[in-house]
Amino acid sequence: MTDVWRFLFEQRWALSLLKGSAVTLGLGLLGMCLGLIIALPLAIIRWRKVRVVGRLVLGYTMVVRSIPGLLIIYLIFFGSVQAVDSIGEFFGFQAAVRSAYPFLMGMLAIGIISSAYSVEVLRGALQTIPEGLIEASKSLAMPRSAIYLRIVLPLMLRNALPGLNNVWQMTIKDTSLVSVVGLGELMRTAALAAGISRSPLVFYLIAGAVFLLITWVSQRLFAVCERHLNRGFLEAR
Amino acid sequence: MDMELVQQAIPFLLKGAQVTLIIGLFGVLIGLPLGIFVGLVRLSRHRQTAACFSAFSAFFRGTPLLVQLFIIYYGFGQLGFVRNNPLLWWVVGSSLHCAILAVVLNTIAYTSEIFRGAFQSIPIGMVEAAQACGMSWWVALFRVRFPLALRQALPAYGNEVAIVIKESSLASTITVLEITGYAKRLMSETFAIIEIFVIASVFYLVINLLAMLLVRQVEKYLSGGLRTGRKIHI
Repeated sequence: MTDVWRFLFEQRWALSLLKGSAVTLGLGLLGMCLGLIIALPLAIIRWRKVRVVGRLVLGYTMVVRSIPGLLIIYLIFFGSVQAVDSIGEFFGFQAAVRSAYPFLMGMLAIGIISSAYSVEVLRGALQTIPEGLIEASKSLAMPRSAIYLRIVLPLMLRNALPGLNNVWQMTIKDTSLVSVVGLGELMRTAALAAGISRSPLVFYLIAGAVFLLITWVSQRLFAVCERHLNRGFLEAR
Repeated sequence: MDMELVQQAIPFLLKGAQVTLIIGLFGVLIGLPLGIFVGLVRLSRHRQTAACFSAFSAFFRGTPLLVQLFIIYYGFGQLGFVRNNPLLWWVVGSSLHCAILAVVLNTIAYTSEIFRGAFQSIPIGMVEAAQACGMSWWVALFRVRFPLALRQALPAYGNEVAIVIKESSLASTITVLEITGYAKRLMSETFAIIEIFVIASVFYLVINLLAMLLVRQVEKYLSGGLRTGRKIHI
C-alpha cells in the first residue's frame, strides 16, 4: 500500500490521473455538445415528418444505436488516419494535426454516438408540445425563427432534460472506449499507471471512483436544472 | 466492395458471432432472474440489505463497463487469494469468463433498476386485494405482482438485451475474439476498413433485430388479455 502511495504522490501519477480526468470530462462535454448540435436539426426533421429525409434520419439513428460504440470508434480512427494526415500535410501543419488528432477523432466518434440517442430524446420531447401552441403562435403572425426560439425550443428543453440526463451518463461512460485507440484520457492513464506500478486493482478502482464522482455530480446538476425549468409548472399544481 | 475480401471475412466474423451470442445468452439467462431478484431485494424491508444492493447497482451503473472489465480481469488477477483458489481462478483466469462475469454483473444492475420500477408501479390496491384473499407472500408474488411487473418491464428489458449484445463488444479489449475483436484484426490486416465495418455492423443489426423481435413476441403474448379487454369496450 505504501508503494502505491509513493507511486501516486512522489512520482506524480496523481497529477496525471487528474489531467486524464480533465480530458475525459472535456471529451464528454464536447462530444455531447457536438451530438446535440447534430441531433437538433435531425430531431426537427423527424418531428415535422419531412418526406424521405425523415426516413433517412430514422435509419441513421437505428443503425448507430444498434451497433457497438467500439466498432464506430474503430471505423473513425482507422478509416481517417490517412485522410487527416494528408489534409494536414497539404496545409502544412502536420505536427499540430497529429497531436490533436486522437482528441478530435474521439470527439467526433462520441458526438456521432450520442447524437443518435439525442435525436430520439429530442423528437420525443418535441412530440409532446401541443400543436395548438404552434397554431396560436402562427395566428399571432410570429416569424418562424421566433416560433422556434421562443416557443418550441424552451418547451422541448423542459421535456427533454430527463432523457438528456440519460444520454449524458451514457456519453461520459463511452469516453472510456476512446482509450483503446490511445487517447490519454482517464482510462488510458489508469492503464499506464497500472502497467508501470504493477497494481492494476488500485488504479482501475481509482478510475471507477472518478467516473462515479462525475456521474454523481452531474446527476445533482441535472436535478437542479430540472427544478429550475419546472418552477412555473410546480406552482400551478 | 471487394467480393473476395467479403468471402474471406465472413467465416471469421461468424466465429466471432458465436462468442458474442454466448456472452449475450449468459447475460440474459443469468442476468434476468438475478436482476429480478436484486430488484425485489432492493424493495424489501431489510434496510441494510436493500442499501447494499442499491450501492451495488449504483456502482455498476455509474462506471463504464470497461473499468469493471479491467478491474475483474487485471485487478483481481493480482490478488494472491484469488490465484490460490481454483474456483476463483477459473473465473478470473480466462478472458472469456471475465467478460461474461462483467456483462452479467452489469446487466443485473440495470435489470434490477428496471424491475424495481416495475414492481413499484403496481397499484397498491392489487397487492392489498391479493392479501385480502388470503394469498401468502409467495403466492401473491407469483400470481399477482410478478406477472404485472413483467408486462410493465418488458419494453425496457428489450432495450437492455440490445445493450448487452452491444456491450459484449468490449470483451475484445481483453483479447476475447468476438465480432468486434475479429473486425479490428481484419481491419488492421486488410486495410479494408469500410467493408469490414459494414459486414460487422450487419451482424450486430441482425442479432439485435432478432432479439428485439423475440421480446416483442413475448410482449404480445403477455398483453393478450389486455387487448381483448380493450376490444369489448369499443
